[in-house]
Amino acid sequence: MSILIDASTKLVVSGITGREGTFHSLRNREYGTQVVGGVTPGKGGQDVEGIPVFNTFHSAVSETGANTAMIFVPPRFAADSILEAEDAGIELIIAITEGIPAHDELRTYTKIKQGGRSRLIGPNCPGILSPGKANVGIIPAAFFKQGNVGVVSRSGTLTYQIGNVLAQSGFGNSTIVGIGGDPVPGTDFIDVIGLFENDPETELIVMCGEIGGDNEERAAEFIADNVTKPVVAYIAGFTAPPGKTMGHAGAIVSGSRGTAKAKAEALEGKGVRVGRTPTEVAEIAVSLLGAAA
Amino acid sequence: MDLLEYQGKQVFARHGVPVPSGRHAQTVDEAASAADDIGYPCVIKAQVQIGGRGKAGGIKVANSHDEAREHAGAILGMDIRGLTVHELWVEGASEIESEYYASVVFDRSAKAPLVMLSTKGGMDIEEVADSDPDAIARLHVDPLLGFQEFHGRRLAFEARVDPDVVRPVGAMLSKLYDVFVSEEATLVEVNPLIVTPERAVRALDAKVTLDDNALFRHADNAELRDPSAEDPQERMAKERGLTFVKLDGNIGILGNGAGLVMSTLDVVALAGGSPANFLDAGGGSKAEAITSAVEVILSNPNVNAVLFNIFGGITRCDEVARGLIEAFNQISPTVPFVVRLDGTNDVEGRALLAEANLPNVYAESTMDAAAAKVVELAAAS
Repeated sequence: MSILIDASTKLVVSGITGREGTFHSLRNREYGTQVVGGVTPGKGGQDVEGIPVFNTFHSAVSETGANTAMIFVPPRFAADSILEAEDAGIELIIAITEGIPAHDELRTYTKIKQGGRSRLIGPNCPGILSPGKANVGIIPAAFFKQGNVGVVSRSGTLTYQIGNVLAQSGFGNSTIVGIGGDPVPGTDFIDVIGLFENDPETELIVMCGEIGGDNEERAAEFIADNVTKPVVAYIAGFTAPPGKTMGHAGAIVSGSRGTAKAKAEALEGKGVRVGRTPTEVAEIAVSLLGAAA
Repeated sequence: MDLLEYQGKQVFARHGVPVPSGRHAQTVDEAASAADDIGYPCVIKAQVQIGGRGKAGGIKVANSHDEAREHAGAILGMDIRGLTVHELWVEGASEIESEYYASVVFDRSAKAPLVMLSTKGGMDIEEVADSDPDAIARLHVDPLLGFQEFHGRRLAFEARVDPDVVRPVGAMLSKLYDVFVSEEATLVEVNPLIVTPERAVRALDAKVTLDDNALFRHADNAELRDPSAEDPQERMAKERGLTFVKLDGNIGILGNGAGLVMSTLDVVALAGGSPANFLDAGGGSKAEAITSAVEVILSNPNVNAVLFNIFGGITRCDEVARGLIEAFNQISPTVPFVVRLDGTNDVEGRALLAEANLPNVYAESTMDAAAAKVVELAAAS
């Protein structure tokens, strides 16, 4: 049993009939994920390579027993799709879509939190991969193998970079969770680190942060109080100038807040090892795991 | 997207937020004629997206036609912390009895809108927050419920505004919240919010930041964007659909994925180099996007070496290699390139580059080695 997704995941994909939606749904199925359906309003009754398409999340859930949703629709439709999935009782909603308006994210986040029955991962994230078990999203699974390192990250490609260095050192991953680069992530570092702490398959946690917000600082407090497993952190954006959005909507230093330096210091102040480069993160992880073995 | 003061005030007026009436001007003649119509005394205000305009001499009171001309002439073309003044806002001078501060911000930490009110207006609110945090009343609003009248009363009483203006200040906060939600802003700030001798409450300044991702729903706001105020290189990148931020160094950077590019800038800086830009070519970059990106990077004359750092996930390294080869065919760059291709189809990508045998292109297999190499090349040229 890995965290969030595993062999019992039954995935329904919103936007499955779009080009990217089709491509990644089929890739996820090929990996072994149970892709039980898709949702495209008006295309109910069709299928995508044998995956049935439904008009609504509600019919998809009642017909297939889906428990996980992946959102692949364009930004202007994404919040509506997430809310529909929540309304249909989907437990885990993974939103890949980038560029969702901030107020849509705010309302969606609040509704899901108040509802208390669904968890949202993302938006603007690469998804979740539990090597050997299930892949939901766009993480290129070929670079990762099953192992004991849990990774949680605000960035996709940076995760691949760190995962790749770890793999070259002989270590694999329990689960890789992309929480996304937007200002209002549905799930924070704290939530995922808490899951890894209780996950018997995870022996070490890598968190990959970046400039903007105070998620990393709050994670530092949480780790100090609640986490017994070793945590290694990376923070991107030491050289980012204030007031400029560095690609991700959430990656911006506002005034003196949200700098990489402040985040690294907060983490180190609570005993978390921080690597200065992705390579160094992997090296620290390897040395800690080697020492534990 | 940050609005200029006068644009913010026009948005405020649409939502019933009381603002002094004024006019926009781009020349001395326009400013003087606006001042004549508004009447004296009036205020001539530089329109630039930066704080500290008053201290820099960008806000002046004019008591006559001649003074209006003189001030407009002095302020137009003025440099305020690196920004040139091209536009003015002329408005009637307000009599001020009290100066307050009000704002609605997107609080990322609480994941909710935060409304703030203070009687310490006219000052830098971050300084007030540090020196006298109790002077700021704060309240988070449930975005599904919206701003209620009691929210306004509570903030006004807690901030200890004058009792006779509790109601109008509360109403003002409600309208500012309405601006925040209906215009899909991430920041609405009024500093100062003034009380006049007649006990009227008005927004004397307006700072509004709109969510770029929501502009598709606000065609009128989207038109307020001023392309001439943007850096030409950043504009060129935007037109080509690339995520680009100009920096002040000499090493051009291209990567795929925001986090990896940010990390690349850091690794180059750690190796002793100075990046000239942030450029995310995005996931699944095709050859033409890469060619286009090379043109954007090289349009900065400071660039004397370029680093490509690609970790292929959805992006295929052979596509990146094709794009680079095409770019060399089209524009024959004169600066050295260091290329690190790793991930999906990396072997094919590297083979393509080797076959093309491009002049001055160095292949590296790791991020650290590539950074070290580009720093060495930049220093040598």
